[in-house]
Amino acid sequence: MSSLHNIGRMLLPIVVLSVGLALWELVVRVNDIQPYVLPSPYVVFQTLVSDWPVLSQSLGVTLLTTLEGFIAAAVGGIALALLFNQSKWLEHSLFPYAVILQVTPVIAIAPLLLIYLPQQTAVIVCAWIVGFFPVLSNTTLGLNSVDRNLAGLFQLYGASRLQTLRYLKLPAALPFILGGLRIAGGLSLIGAVVAEIAAGSAGSGSGLAFRIAESGYRLNIPRMFAALLLLSVAGIVIYGLLALVSHLVLRRWHESALGKEN
Amino acid sequence: MSETNIDAAGLAVRLRAVTKTYDSGVTALGPLDLDIAKGEFVSLLGPSGCGKSTALRLIAGLAVPSAGTVDVSHRASKADGRHPIGFVFQEPTLMPWANVHDNVRLPLKLAHVTATEADRRIDDALAQVGLAEFADAYPRELSGGMKMRVSLARALVTDPDILLLDEPFAALDEITRFRLNNDLLDLWRKLHKTVIFVTHSVFESVYLSQRVIVMTARPGRLAREFRVTTSEPRGEEFRTSAEYAAHCREVSSALTPSYSGQRSA
Repeated sequence: MSSLHNIGRMLLPIVVLSVGLALWELVVRVNDIQPYVLPSPYVVFQTLVSDWPVLSQSLGVTLLTTLEGFIAAAVGGIALALLFNQSKWLEHSLFPYAVILQVTPVIAIAPLLLIYLPQQTAVIVCAWIVGFFPVLSNTTLGLNSVDRNLAGLFQLYGASRLQTLRYLKLPAALPFILGGLRIAGGLSLIGAVVAEIAAGSAGSGSGLAFRIAESGYRLNIPRMFAALLLLSVAGIVIYGLLALVSHLVLRRWHESALGKEN
Repeated sequence: MSETNIDAAGLAVRLRAVTKTYDSGVTALGPLDLDIAKGEFVSLLGPSGCGKSTALRLIAGLAVPSAGTVDVSHRASKADGRHPIGFVFQEPTLMPWANVHDNVRLPLKLAHVTATEADRRIDDALAQVGLAEFADAYPRELSGGMKMRVSLARALVTDPDILLLDEPFAALDEITRFRLNNDLLDLWRKLHKTVIFVTHSVFESVYLSQRVIVMTARPGRLAREFRVTTSEPRGEEFRTSAEYAAHCREVSSALTPSYSGQRSA
Protein backbone atom coordinates (compact mmCIF):
# COMPACT_ATOMS: atom_id res chain seq x y z
CA MET A 1 0.00 0.00 0.00
CA SER A 2 2.62 2.48 1.11
CA SER A 3 4.88 1.87 -1.89
CA LEU A 4 1.86 2.40 -4.15
CA HIS A 5 1.19 5.59 -2.26
CA ASN A 6 4.81 6.71 -2.76
CA ILE A 7 4.71 6.00 -6.50
CA GLY A 8 1.50 8.00 -6.70
CA ARG A 9 3.13 10.90 -4.92
CA MET A 10 6.01 10.91 -7.40
CA LEU A 11 3.81 10.37 -10.41
CA LEU A 12 1.11 12.95 -9.79
CA PRO A 13 3.25 16.10 -10.26
CA ILE A 14 4.66 14.57 -13.46
CA VAL A 15 1.15 13.89 -14.75
CA VAL A 16 0.13 17.47 -13.93
CA LEU A 17 3.22 18.79 -15.74
CA SER A 18 2.55 16.67 -18.84
CA VAL A 19 -1.09 17.69 -18.99
CA GLY A 20 -0.15 21.35 -18.52
CA LEU A 21 2.47 21.23 -21.28
CA ALA A 22 0.12 19.41 -23.62
CA LEU A 23 -2.62 22.01 -23.05
CA TRP A 24 -0.13 24.85 -23.57
CA GLU A 25 1.10 23.27 -26.84
CA LEU A 26 -2.50 22.73 -27.96
CA VAL A 27 -3.60 26.28 -27.20
CA VAL A 28 -0.62 27.73 -29.09
CA ARG A 29 -1.17 25.49 -32.14
CA VAL A 30 -4.96 25.76 -32.36
CA ASN A 31 -4.92 29.55 -32.06
CA ASP A 32 -1.77 29.84 -34.19
CA ILE A 33 -0.09 32.13 -31.62
CA GLN A 34 3.24 33.55 -32.79
CA PRO A 35 6.41 32.63 -30.82
CA TYR A 36 7.12 36.32 -30.03
CA VAL A 37 3.77 36.42 -28.21
CA LEU A 38 3.77 32.99 -26.59
CA PRO A 39 6.17 30.25 -27.69
CA SER A 40 4.97 26.67 -27.45
CA PRO A 41 6.82 24.27 -25.10
CA TYR A 42 8.33 22.57 -28.13
CA VAL A 43 9.76 25.85 -29.46
CA VAL A 44 11.15 26.65 -25.99
CA PHE A 45 12.84 23.25 -25.94
CA GLN A 46 14.18 23.79 -29.47
CA THR A 47 15.59 27.18 -28.41
CA LEU A 48 17.16 25.59 -25.36
CA VAL A 49 19.01 23.14 -27.60
CA SER A 50 19.96 25.59 -30.35
CA ASP A 51 21.01 28.39 -27.95
CA TRP A 52 22.74 25.99 -25.56
CA PRO A 53 26.26 27.41 -26.13
CA VAL A 54 25.11 30.89 -25.07
CA LEU A 55 22.74 29.76 -22.37
CA SER A 56 25.10 27.23 -20.77
CA GLN A 57 27.80 29.86 -20.50
CA SER A 58 25.35 32.25 -18.84
CA LEU A 59 24.17 29.45 -16.55
CA GLY A 60 27.76 28.90 -15.49
CA VAL A 61 28.17 32.60 -14.70
CA THR A 62 24.97 32.73 -12.64
CA LEU A 63 25.75 29.52 -10.79
CA LEU A 64 29.23 30.75 -9.94
CA THR A 65 27.82 34.02 -8.59
CA THR A 66 25.22 32.08 -6.61
CA LEU A 67 27.85 29.75 -5.20
CA GLU A 68 30.11 32.62 -4.18
CA GLY A 69 27.19 34.48 -2.61
CA PHE A 70 26.04 31.32 -0.85
CA ILE A 71 29.48 30.57 0.57
CA ALA A 72 29.80 34.19 1.72
CA ALA A 73 26.32 33.97 3.28
CA ALA A 74 27.08 30.65 4.98
CA VAL A 75 30.47 31.70 6.36
CA GLY A 76 29.29 35.21 7.23
CA GLY A 77 26.02 34.08 8.82
CA ILE A 78 27.57 31.34 10.92
CA ALA A 79 30.57 33.46 11.93
CA LEU A 80 28.36 36.38 12.92
CA ALA A 81 26.06 34.08 14.92
CA LEU A 82 29.07 32.62 16.75
CA LEU A 83 30.32 36.13 17.55
CA PHE A 84 26.86 37.16 18.79
CA ASN A 85 26.71 34.03 20.92
CA GLN A 86 30.03 34.84 22.59
CA SER A 87 29.19 38.48 23.23
CA LYS A 88 25.69 39.75 24.01
CA TRP A 89 27.11 43.25 23.79
CA LEU A 90 28.08 42.70 20.18
CA GLU A 91 24.74 41.10 19.40
CA HIS A 92 22.77 44.03 20.79
CA SER A 93 24.90 46.50 18.81
CA LEU A 94 24.78 44.75 15.46
CA PHE A 95 21.66 42.62 15.23
CA PRO A 96 19.29 45.52 14.40
CA TYR A 97 21.43 46.31 11.36
CA ALA A 98 21.29 42.72 10.19
CA VAL A 99 17.50 43.00 10.36
CA ILE A 100 17.50 46.31 8.47
CA LEU A 101 19.68 44.76 5.76
CA GLN A 102 17.25 41.88 5.56
CA VAL A 103 14.00 43.86 5.36
CA THR A 104 15.24 46.41 2.80
CA PRO A 105 14.36 44.95 -0.62
CA VAL A 106 17.56 43.86 -2.31
CA ILE A 107 16.35 45.09 -5.69
CA ALA A 108 16.45 48.60 -4.23
CA ILE A 109 19.94 48.17 -2.83
CA ALA A 110 21.46 46.61 -5.96
CA PRO A 111 21.74 49.81 -8.07
CA LEU A 112 23.53 51.54 -5.19
CA LEU A 113 25.95 48.68 -4.75
CA LEU A 114 26.68 48.79 -8.49
CA ILE A 115 27.71 52.40 -8.15
CA TYR A 116 30.16 51.85 -5.31
CA LEU A 117 31.51 48.37 -6.02
CA PRO A 118 33.05 46.65 -9.06
CA GLN A 119 30.25 44.87 -10.84
CA GLN A 120 31.24 41.28 -10.05
CA THR A 121 31.70 42.15 -6.38
CA ALA A 122 28.37 43.97 -6.26
CA VAL A 123 26.56 40.93 -7.66
CA ILE A 124 28.12 38.64 -5.04
CA VAL A 125 27.34 41.12 -2.27
CA CYS A 126 23.70 41.10 -3.38
CA ALA A 127 23.58 37.31 -3.24
CA TRP A 128 25.22 37.51 0.19
CA ILE A 129 22.79 40.12 1.56
CA VAL A 130 19.70 38.03 0.85
CA GLY A 131 21.32 34.75 1.86
CA PHE A 132 23.10 35.53 5.10
CA PHE A 133 20.17 36.49 7.31
CA PRO A 134 18.42 33.10 7.42
CA VAL A 135 21.78 31.51 8.24
CA LEU A 136 22.43 34.08 10.96
CA SER A 137 19.02 33.86 12.59
CA ASN A 138 18.79 30.06 12.35
CA THR A 139 22.29 29.56 13.73
CA THR A 140 21.56 31.99 16.56
CA LEU A 141 18.38 30.08 17.35
CA GLY A 142 20.27 26.79 17.27
CA LEU A 143 23.09 28.00 19.51
CA ASN A 144 20.49 29.19 22.01
CA SER A 145 18.47 25.98 22.04
CA VAL A 146 21.05 23.88 23.80
CA ASP A 147 19.61 21.52 26.42
CA ARG A 148 19.95 23.29 29.78
CA ASN A 149 21.00 20.16 31.62
CA LEU A 150 23.61 19.28 29.02
CA ALA A 151 25.00 22.79 29.43
CA GLY A 152 25.05 22.16 33.19
CA LEU A 153 26.95 18.94 32.62
CA PHE A 154 29.60 20.76 30.58
CA GLN A 155 29.85 23.32 33.38
CA LEU A 156 30.18 20.57 35.99
CA TYR A 157 33.07 18.96 34.15
CA GLY A 158 34.79 22.32 33.76
CA ALA A 159 34.53 22.56 29.97
CA SER A 160 36.23 25.57 28.40
CA ARG A 161 34.27 27.97 26.21
CA LEU A 162 35.82 26.47 23.12
CA GLN A 163 34.98 22.92 24.24
CA THR A 164 31.40 23.91 24.97
CA LEU A 165 31.15 25.52 21.56
CA ARG A 166 32.71 22.63 19.69
CA TYR A 167 31.20 19.65 21.47
CA LEU A 168 27.85 21.05 22.56
CA LYS A 169 26.64 24.22 20.90
CA LEU A 170 27.69 23.56 17.31
CA PRO A 171 26.36 19.99 17.14
CA ALA A 172 23.12 21.10 18.82
CA ALA A 173 22.80 23.96 16.33
CA LEU A 174 23.62 21.81 13.30
CA PRO A 175 20.02 20.99 12.30
CA PHE A 176 19.13 24.68 12.53
CA ILE A 177 22.23 25.71 10.57
CA LEU A 178 21.40 23.23 7.82
CA GLY A 179 17.84 24.55 7.70
CA GLY A 180 19.21 28.07 7.32
CA LEU A 181 21.58 26.97 4.56
CA ARG A 182 18.72 25.34 2.69
CA ILE A 183 16.86 28.66 2.62
CA ALA A 184 20.04 30.59 1.84
CA GLY A 185 20.75 28.42 -1.22
CA GLY A 186 17.56 29.48 -2.97
CA LEU A 187 17.88 33.06 -1.80
CA SER A 188 21.45 33.36 -3.10
CA LEU A 189 20.15 32.49 -6.55
CA ILE A 190 17.47 35.17 -6.21
CA GLY A 191 20.08 37.68 -5.04
CA ALA A 192 22.32 36.84 -7.98
CA VAL A 193 19.44 37.20 -10.45
CA VAL A 194 18.30 40.52 -9.00
CA ALA A 195 21.82 41.92 -9.13
CA GLU A 196 22.35 40.66 -12.68
CA ILE A 197 19.18 42.33 -13.86
CA ALA A 198 20.19 45.57 -12.15
CA ALA A 199 23.68 45.31 -13.62
CA GLY A 200 22.37 44.23 -17.02
CA SER A 201 20.27 47.34 -17.32
CA ALA A 202 23.51 49.25 -16.89
CA GLY A 203 24.70 47.61 -20.07
CA SER A 204 26.93 44.70 -19.16
CA GLY A 205 26.92 41.20 -17.69
CA SER A 206 26.32 37.78 -19.12
CA GLY A 207 24.43 35.73 -16.51
CA LEU A 208 21.10 34.01 -17.13
CA ALA A 209 19.10 36.89 -15.71
CA PHE A 210 20.90 39.24 -18.06
CA ARG A 211 19.99 36.90 -20.95
CA ILE A 212 16.34 37.13 -19.92
CA ALA A 213 16.44 40.92 -19.84
CA GLU A 214 18.38 41.09 -23.09
CA SER A 215 16.06 38.64 -24.86
CA GLY A 216 13.14 40.72 -23.65
CA TYR A 217 14.48 43.82 -25.36
CA ARG A 218 14.95 41.80 -28.55
CA LEU A 219 11.52 40.18 -28.32
CA ASN A 220 13.27 36.80 -28.31
CA ILE A 221 10.53 35.35 -26.13
CA PRO A 222 11.45 31.65 -26.61
CA ARG A 223 14.93 32.34 -25.27
CA MET A 224 13.42 34.16 -22.27
CA PHE A 225 11.43 31.04 -21.47
CA ALA A 226 14.46 28.80 -22.01
CA ALA A 227 16.61 30.90 -19.66
CA LEU A 228 13.79 31.00 -17.11
CA LEU A 229 13.51 27.22 -17.31
CA LEU A 230 17.24 26.89 -16.63
CA LEU A 231 16.96 29.21 -13.62
CA SER A 232 14.11 27.13 -12.19
CA VAL A 233 16.04 23.91 -12.69
CA ALA A 234 19.11 25.48 -11.07
CA GLY A 235 16.99 26.49 -8.06
CA ILE A 236 15.52 23.01 -7.76
CA VAL A 237 18.95 21.37 -8.01
CA ILE A 238 20.42 23.72 -5.38
CA TYR A 239 17.56 22.98 -3.01
CA GLY A 240 17.78 19.25 -3.68
CA LEU A 241 21.53 19.16 -3.08
CA LEU A 242 21.26 21.05 0.21
CA ALA A 243 18.36 18.87 1.35
CA LEU A 244 20.44 15.79 0.51
CA VAL A 245 23.44 17.10 2.45
CA SER A 246 21.18 17.89 5.40
CA HIS A 247 19.68 14.40 5.28
CA LEU A 248 23.07 12.69 5.07
CA VAL A 249 24.49 14.66 7.98
CA LEU A 250 21.48 14.22 10.28
CA ARG A 251 20.18 10.79 9.35
CA ARG A 252 21.75 8.98 12.31
CA TRP A 253 20.23 11.09 15.03
CA HIS A 254 17.87 13.91 14.19
CA GLU A 255 14.10 13.55 14.23
CA SER A 256 13.69 15.39 10.92
CA ALA A 257 15.77 12.79 9.07
CA LEU A 258 14.13 9.70 10.58
CA GLY A 259 11.40 7.67 8.95
CA LYS A 260 7.98 7.45 10.55
CA GLU A 261 8.55 3.83 11.58
CA ASN A 262 11.30 4.78 14.01
CA MET B 1 35.50 29.03 55.68
CA SER B 2 34.70 25.79 57.50
CA GLU B 3 35.14 25.14 61.18
CA THR B 4 36.97 21.83 60.77
CA ASN B 5 38.40 20.01 57.82
CA ILE B 6 35.56 18.18 56.14
CA ASP B 7 37.71 15.14 55.31
CA ALA B 8 38.89 14.84 58.91
CA ALA B 9 35.24 14.72 59.97
CA GLY B 10 34.66 11.83 57.54
CA LEU B 11 32.16 13.86 55.58
CA ALA B 12 31.61 13.96 51.85
CA VAL B 13 29.30 16.96 51.86
CA ARG B 14 28.57 19.61 54.43
CA LEU B 15 26.02 22.40 54.12
CA ARG B 16 25.85 25.16 56.71
CA ALA B 17 22.95 27.63 56.84
CA VAL B 18 22.62 27.42 53.07
CA THR B 19 19.89 29.45 51.42
CA LYS B 20 19.11 30.02 47.77
CA THR B 21 17.04 32.98 46.69
CA TYR B 22 16.39 33.48 43.00
CA ASP B 23 16.48 36.81 41.20
CA SER B 24 12.70 36.82 41.21
CA GLY B 25 12.85 37.06 45.00
CA VAL B 26 11.58 33.52 45.56
CA THR B 27 13.46 31.71 48.29
CA ALA B 28 13.73 28.14 47.11
CA LEU B 29 15.83 26.67 49.85
CA GLY B 30 16.89 27.00 53.42
CA PRO B 31 18.36 27.77 55.65
CA LEU B 32 19.58 24.20 55.44
CA ASP B 33 22.22 22.32 57.44
CA LEU B 34 23.25 18.95 56.10
CA ASP B 35 26.04 16.50 56.85
CA ILE B 36 26.54 13.54 54.57
CA ALA B 37 29.13 10.96 55.55
CA LYS B 38 31.50 9.37 53.10
CA GLY B 39 30.03 6.27 51.52
CA GLU B 40 26.54 7.07 52.73
CA PHE B 41 23.39 6.61 50.64
CA VAL B 42 21.07 9.51 51.44
CA SER B 43 17.74 10.45 49.90
CA LEU B 44 16.34 13.95 49.83
CA LEU B 45 12.58 13.56 49.85
CA GLY B 46 10.02 16.29 49.51
CA PRO B 47 7.14 17.72 47.50
CA SER B 48 7.74 19.30 44.10
CA GLY B 49 9.35 22.71 44.32
CA CYS B 50 10.78 22.17 47.80
CA GLY B 51 14.28 22.96 46.60
CA LYS B 52 15.73 19.47 46.74
CA SER B 53 17.01 19.72 43.19
CA THR B 54 18.37 23.16 44.05
CA ALA B 55 20.27 21.60 46.96
CA LEU B 56 21.78 19.08 44.56
CA ARG B 57 22.80 21.77 42.09
CA LEU B 58 24.45 23.71 44.92
CA ILE B 59 26.43 20.64 45.95
CA ALA B 60 27.46 20.06 42.33
CA GLY B 61 28.60 23.67 42.03
CA LEU B 62 26.08 24.33 39.25
CA ALA B 63 24.54 27.08 41.37
CA VAL B 64 25.93 29.41 44.00
CA PRO B 65 24.26 29.70 47.42
CA SER B 66 22.79 33.09 48.32
CA ALA B 67 24.08 32.59 51.87
CA GLY B 68 25.86 29.90 53.85
CA THR B 69 28.64 27.52 52.89
CA VAL B 70 28.76 24.37 50.80
CA ASP B 71 31.78 22.12 51.39
CA VAL B 72 32.45 19.12 49.22
CA SER B 73 35.25 16.64 49.81
CA HIS B 74 37.72 16.76 46.90
CA ARG B 75 39.85 13.68 47.13
CA ALA B 76 40.05 12.72 43.52
CA SER B 77 42.65 14.65 41.57
CA LYS B 78 41.39 16.08 38.33
CA ALA B 79 44.62 15.37 36.49
CA ASP B 80 43.77 11.85 35.33
CA GLY B 81 40.27 12.75 34.27
CA ARG B 82 38.76 11.85 37.61
CA HIS B 83 36.11 14.21 38.76
CA PRO B 84 34.86 14.28 42.35
CA ILE B 85 31.20 14.53 41.37
CA GLY B 86 28.99 12.57 39.02
CA PHE B 87 25.56 13.98 38.21
CA VAL B 88 22.52 12.22 36.79
CA PHE B 89 19.58 14.37 35.77
CA GLN B 90 15.90 13.50 35.68
CA GLU B 91 16.16 13.29 31.91
CA PRO B 92 18.90 11.10 30.43
CA THR B 93 20.44 14.32 29.03
CA LEU B 94 22.40 12.54 26.33
CA MET B 95 23.80 14.17 23.24
CA PRO B 96 21.53 12.85 20.45
CA TRP B 97 24.24 13.30 17.82
CA ALA B 98 26.71 11.02 19.60
CA ASN B 99 26.54 7.27 20.12
CA VAL B 100 26.59 5.64 23.55
CA HIS B 101 30.37 5.31 23.61
CA ASP B 102 30.93 8.97 22.78
CA ASN B 103 28.28 10.11 25.25
CA VAL B 104 29.99 8.25 28.06
CA ARG B 105 33.32 9.55 26.85
CA LEU B 106 32.30 13.20 27.23
CA PRO B 107 33.70 13.89 30.76
CA LEU B 108 36.99 12.25 29.79
CA LYS B 109 37.20 14.16 26.53
CA LEU B 110 36.65 17.44 28.37
CA ALA B 111 39.50 16.45 30.71
CA HIS B 112 41.78 15.57 27.76
CA VAL B 113 42.17 11.90 28.75
CA THR B 114 43.98 9.88 26.07
CA ALA B 115 41.86 7.74 23.79
CA THR B 116 43.23 4.36 24.92
CA GLU B 117 42.79 5.18 28.59
CA ALA B 118 39.32 6.59 27.88
CA ASP B 119 38.28 3.47 25.93
CA ARG B 120 39.25 1.21 28.82
CA ARG B 121 37.24 3.27 31.31
CA ILE B 122 34.25 3.61 29.01
CA ASP B 123 34.16 -0.17 28.56
CA ASP B 124 34.27 -0.58 32.35
CA ALA B 125 31.53 1.96 32.94
CA LEU B 126 29.28 0.45 30.27
CA ALA B 127 29.86 -3.03 31.65
CA GLN B 128 28.89 -1.79 35.11
CA VAL B 129 25.49 -0.68 33.87
CA GLY B 130 25.07 -3.72 31.61
CA LEU B 131 25.29 -1.91 28.29
CA ALA B 132 28.59 -3.29 26.97
CA GLU B 133 27.02 -4.37 23.67
CA PHE B 134 25.33 -1.04 23.00
CA ALA B 135 28.41 1.16 22.67
CA ASP B 136 27.67 1.94 19.02
CA ALA B 137 23.95 2.59 19.43
CA TYR B 138 22.51 6.09 19.24
CA PRO B 139 20.35 7.39 22.09
CA ARG B 140 17.18 7.34 19.97
CA GLU B 141 17.62 3.61 19.45
CA LEU B 142 17.50 2.93 23.19
CA SER B 143 14.60 2.55 25.62
CA GLY B 144 14.07 5.04 28.44
CA GLY B 145 15.67 2.71 30.97
CA MET B 146 18.71 2.11 28.79
CA LYS B 147 19.19 5.83 28.22
CA MET B 148 19.17 6.30 31.98
CA ARG B 149 21.83 3.59 32.27
CA VAL B 150 23.99 5.44 29.75
CA SER B 151 23.55 8.58 31.83
CA LEU B 152 24.63 6.61 34.90
CA ALA B 153 27.65 5.19 33.06
CA ARG B 154 28.66 8.71 32.05
CA ALA B 155 28.49 9.79 35.70
CA LEU B 156 30.58 6.76 36.76
CA VAL B 157 33.24 7.03 34.07
CA THR B 158 35.19 9.70 35.96
CA ASP B 159 35.21 7.44 39.05
CA PRO B 160 33.63 10.14 41.23
CA ASP B 161 33.52 10.01 45.04
CA ILE B 162 30.05 11.48 45.12
CA LEU B 163 27.14 10.54 42.91
CA LEU B 164 24.29 13.06 42.72
CA LEU B 165 21.04 11.75 41.29
CA ASP B 166 18.16 14.13 40.60
CA GLU B 167 14.96 12.06 40.36
CA PRO B 168 16.72 9.86 37.82
CA PHE B 169 14.02 7.22 37.52
CA ALA B 170 10.93 9.41 37.86
CA ALA B 171 9.98 9.19 34.20
CA LEU B 172 10.37 5.41 33.92
CA ASP B 173 7.75 2.71 34.23
CA GLU B 174 7.61 0.84 37.52
CA ILE B 175 9.16 -2.39 36.32
CA THR B 176 12.17 -0.60 34.85
CA ARG B 177 12.41 1.62 37.92
CA PHE B 178 12.55 -1.36 40.29
CA ARG B 179 15.25 -2.99 38.21
CA LEU B 180 17.31 0.18 38.10
CA ASN B 181 16.82 0.62 41.87
CA ASN B 182 18.37 -2.80 42.42
CA ASP B 183 21.19 -2.11 39.98
CA LEU B 184 21.94 1.18 41.69
CA LEU B 185 22.10 -0.55 45.09
CA ASP B 186 24.47 -3.16 43.64
CA LEU B 187 26.70 -0.44 42.24
CA TRP B 188 26.71 1.43 45.52
CA ARG B 189 27.71 -1.68 47.46
CA LYS B 190 30.43 -2.49 44.98
CA LEU B 191 31.88 0.97 44.37
CA HIS B 192 31.50 2.52 47.87
CA LYS B 193 30.46 5.90 46.56
CA THR B 194 28.59 8.56 48.44
CA VAL B 195 25.15 8.77 46.87
CA ILE B 196 22.72 11.66 47.25
CA PHE B 197 19.43 10.71 45.69
CA VAL B 198 16.64 13.24 45.14
CA THR B 199 13.17 11.80 44.80
CA HIS B 200 9.54 12.52 45.54
CA SER B 201 8.75 8.86 46.01
CA VAL B 202 8.55 7.70 49.62
CA PHE B 203 8.85 4.08 48.53
CA GLU B 204 11.93 4.65 46.42
CA SER B 205 13.70 6.64 49.16
CA VAL B 206 13.05 4.01 51.83
CA TYR B 207 14.02 1.15 49.56
CA LEU B 208 17.33 2.68 48.54
CA SER B 209 18.77 4.78 51.30
CA GLN B 210 20.38 4.44 54.68
CA ARG B 211 19.02 7.82 55.60
CA VAL B 212 15.93 9.63 54.32
CA ILE B 213 15.86 13.39 54.73
CA VAL B 214 12.35 14.78 54.48
CA MET B 215 12.18 18.40 53.41
CA THR B 216 9.43 20.96 53.93
CA ALA B 217 7.60 22.75 51.14
CA ARG B 218 9.17 25.91 49.76
CA PRO B 219 11.46 27.21 51.05
CA GLY B 220 12.93 23.74 51.60
CA ARG B 221 14.19 23.03 55.08
CA LEU B 222 14.93 19.88 56.94
CA ALA B 223 11.63 18.56 58.30
CA ARG B 224 12.69 15.20 59.70
CA GLU B 225 15.17 12.52 59.00
CA PHE B 226 14.92 8.76 59.27
CA ARG B 227 17.49 6.02 59.41
CA VAL B 228 16.48 2.95 57.50
CA THR B 229 18.31 0.13 59.18
CA THR B 230 17.73 -3.31 57.82
CA SER B 231 19.74 -6.38 57.00
CA GLU B 232 21.87 -5.80 53.91
CA PRO B 233 21.92 -6.51 51.07
CA ARG B 234 18.42 -5.37 50.29
CA GLY B 235 16.51 -7.08 47.57
CA GLU B 236 13.02 -7.72 46.33
CA GLU B 237 12.09 -9.45 49.63
CA PHE B 238 12.70 -6.17 51.43
CA ARG B 239 10.31 -4.39 49.08
CA THR B 240 7.46 -6.61 50.16
CA SER B 241 8.38 -6.92 53.86
CA ALA B 242 6.35 -5.55 56.77
CA GLU B 243 9.47 -3.74 57.94
CA TYR B 244 9.62 -1.83 54.65
CA ALA B 245 5.92 -0.97 54.86
CA ALA B 246 6.39 0.34 58.42
CA HIS B 247 9.26 2.58 57.34
CA CYS B 248 7.23 3.89 54.43
CA ARG B 249 4.28 4.67 56.68
CA GLU B 250 6.52 6.57 59.07
CA VAL B 251 8.17 8.61 56.34
CA SER B 252 4.84 9.33 54.66
CA SER B 253 3.42 10.73 57.89
CA ALA B 254 6.35 13.14 58.09
CA LEU B 255 5.51 14.35 54.60
CA THR B 256 1.82 14.99 55.35
CA PRO B 257 2.21 18.48 56.91
CA SER B 258 3.81 19.74 53.77
CA TYR B 259 0.86 18.52 51.71
CA SER B 260 -1.85 20.08 53.87
CA GLY B 261 0.16 23.07 55.11
CA GLN B 262 0.57 24.78 51.79
CA ARG B 263 -1.91 24.72 48.97
CA SER B 264 0.62 25.79 46.41
CA ALA B 265 2.74 22.74 47.12
